[in-house]
Amino acid sequence: MKTFRIGGVHPAENKLSAGSPIREAALPKQAIFSMFQHIGAPAKPVVKKGDVVKVGTLLGEAGGFVSAPIYSSVSGKVSKVDVALDASDTRRMAVYVDVEGDEWEESIDRTPDLVRLEDRPDLDAQTIVEKIKQAGIVGMGGATFPCHVKLCPPPGQKAECVIINAVECEPYLTSDHSLMLEKADEILVGVSLIMKAVNVDRAYIGIENNKPDAIKLMQEKAKAYPQIEIVPLKVQYPQGGEKQLIDAVIGRQVPAPPAIPISVGAVVQNVGTAFAIYEAVMKNKPLISRIITVTGKSVKNPSNLLARLGTPFSQLIDECGGLPADTGKIIGGGPMMGKALISLDIPMTKGSSGLLVMNEKEARRTAPEACIRCAKCVSVCPMGLEPYLLAKISSQYMWEEAEKEDIVSCIECGSCAFTCPSHRPLLDNIRLGKSTVMGIIRERAAKK
Amino acid sequence: MNVILIAVIVLGVVGLVSAVVLFLASKKFAVWEDPRIQQVSEVLPQANCGGCGYPGCSGFASACVKAAESGSLSDLNCAPGGQAVMEQVAGILGLKASAAAPKVAVVRCQGTCDVRPHGVEFDGVHSCKIQNMTGMGETQCLYGCLGEGDCAAACLFGAIKVNPATRIAEVDESKCTGCGACAKSCPRGIIELIPQGPKNRKVVVLCNNKDKGALATKECKVSCIGCGKCVKVCDKFEAITLGTNLAHIDPDKCKMCRKCEEACPRGAIKAFNFPPRKPKTETAPVASAAAPKAEAPVAKAPVASKPEAPVVKEAPAPVAPVVEKKVETPKDNETAV
Ligand code: SF4
Ligand code: SF4
Ligand code: SF4
Ligand code: SF4
Ligand code: SF4
Repeated sequence: MKTFRIGGVHPAENKLSAGSPIREAALPKQAIFSMFQHIGAPAKPVVKKGDVVKVGTLLGEAGGFVSAPIYSSVSGKVSKVDVALDASDTRRMAVYVDVEGDEWEESIDRTPDLVRLEDRPDLDAQTIVEKIKQAGIVGMGGATFPCHVKLCPPPGQKAECVIINAVECEPYLTSDHSLMLEKADEILVGVSLIMKAVNVDRAYIGIENNKPDAIKLMQEKAKAYPQIEIVPLKVQYPQGGEKQLIDAVIGRQVPAPPAIPISVGAVVQNVGTAFAIYEAVMKNKPLISRIITVTGKSVKNPSNLLARLGTPFSQLIDECGGLPADTGKIIGGGPMMGKALISLDIPMTKGSSGLLVMNEKEARRTAPEACIRCAKCVSVCPMGLEPYLLAKISSQYMWEEAEKEDIVSCIECGSCAFTCPSHRPLLDNIRLGKSTVMGIIRERAAKK
Repeated sequence: MNVILIAVIVLGVVGLVSAVVLFLASKKFAVWEDPRIQQVSEVLPQANCGGCGYPGCSGFASACVKAAESGSLSDLNCAPGGQAVMEQVAGILGLKASAAAPKVAVVRCQGTCDVRPHGVEFDGVHSCKIQNMTGMGETQCLYGCLGEGDCAAACLFGAIKVNPATRIAEVDESKCTGCGACAKSCPRGIIELIPQGPKNRKVVVLCNNKDKGALATKECKVSCIGCGKCVKVCDKFEAITLGTNLAHIDPDKCKMCRKCEEACPRGAIKAFNFPPRKPKTETAPVASAAAPKAEAPVAKAPVASKPEAPVVKEAPAPVAPVVEKKVETPKDNETAV
């Protein structure tokens, strides 16, 4: 079975919520929409206090090309436009909406009927990309990179195939898995739309083989789409990384930056993104909700919730049996790449793929010991870097050396810190080095 | 015998030829170094702190000699060496040293654990830079001291330390050379270098919070809320400006009247190394009531009804130390930055 070539680890899967059907979460009393739900320029609020909004009303317009608009997921009144704590654990600009009723914009098609590509011969590549851009769709796997940017290849580069990321390699998370089980047809239409948008006739959907039911179902459904191939993959973290997935599925390696996946002819999108694209293009529905896995060993009822964006995390936890008494840490995202949250008032955003509650014991880090030079970190690094060295030079603020050692290639997957027998906080230091070096590179570029 | 002779001659000739080659090479490839660089280097403190912005003291020495060619040392300053060293350097180079006011570091945050509770615990690497990257940190203030001590690690003079009780960095003014290494290392830009001031006195807004008033009030009990009251009382000297919801006192304009300190409703402004304020009229009776007590053991030299400094100076020995300590010892304040 296929997988990527360099490094990788296999953490305990703990997919507690696998197989549990998607449940719709209740509407919140107040929804908070951060203007920073994507990578790139923040959205600019276009509403003010007192405005009445419906589901699907524009709240913030895109702040540039690499940016995405933000729509209201609830109906009600704007109570304020002010800073709010968001999933980055800082306060940033947001729109607060007090929820009243559930009124939708008329333009949105709320019927469950499947619209196939054949039903809409009027759609050309440009219209599709424009609709995706207008709907505010971003990478739903957690990277939140504005989707339309990836669908507009830089001049001189041509896409050859579309690769759909359905591996869900993060332990605990099952949102993509449940989506595939329940929305397979919509996903396949979404994939066809992406293929049309970038004008290719080949697509692969990579699924890890710990989801045999999803593989089986998708293979069956895909029989009607001869251009789409389902590729079962061996379980290996971080297979969901763009470069790792390309290597696993089509066996091509993306060279070091500035090369990007399109340089080897691949356009990678998440399976959740494909579904959002279907809804945006065929149903006229902007990105206002998503599936989020609420899970954890002590959580009473681990579930996959279909929740409106802007719902506070506290409410989602209540829907799954409430906050366990032994909670030690709450993580937005999965255990490998997620971020610890400092408050449960933080609202969910476009990139919230999971909410993981860890108990006191799991949450504690083990005290680090000296590096024993076992080189395990080197052997598991999927980017072929030397994590122990990067961590060391970063902790000593040796930025020039860090740049020479290619620290910016680190994808922050955490495999090194996960595997280190001495529990060294490798990624903490590498992140510091990476962000500092990227800052230095940006500054240098700005000077030129 | 012959063998030895041949060996000696051959080696001798080889040695001679090499010596000639080396001599010629050393002449041809000689690098001339200004002898003044060495001289300047010798008077520098050799702290190699980098506070001057050059790679160590020898780097600074070369920079001084280079600057001497343009005839001015105005942009160069060795903070640890201070004025004395800069004058020596200027002397070597035949120039006049420009007067640079000696500075000290001030940590602009008073958010101790009791006024700003730590709501969550940071379990990562104990570094301010790393904790700052994760967002807010342990408290609700995004601008305040993280207390992990990056500044203390950067200070080569042991002048700044994190107080484990308050979890705030504190400067020991007697050790601080004003090199600025701590300010550069602080990811939140909390540390400001300000002139030492006459008798080490200075008035500073000890807060870095740029959030709006209502939020800042929630975050910390001693936050600057940008109300502007201090700006108003300082209208005569215009030393205080309001930035993003945060007041700042220009040390060059401040006349040390301490009006702003009193005016601030949040206690965000602090005056360093001043004697305690004169007791107000209401408190006067209390003070005079205490006077006889002090007088009692000695029963000499009538103490005036107003316990003012000049009177105390004339007072007999046992009284003097008690009051004088109250009046002039700034020691307690110094470390409490
Ligand atoms: S895995 Fe840990 S102990 Fe082994 S070389 Fe890397 S840092 Fe050192
Ligand atoms: S509000 Fe000001 S004094 Fe309080 S913690 Fe923040 S920076 Fe420090
Ligand atoms: S406290 Fe700061 S300015 Fe003062 S000597 Fe130390 S590093 Fe330099
Ligand atoms: S002053 Fe800055 S560097 Fe020093 S402990 Fe506080 S946050 Fe850290
Ligand atoms: S009076 Fe105090 S709170 Fe108001 S602006 Fe001045 S320093 Fe800030």
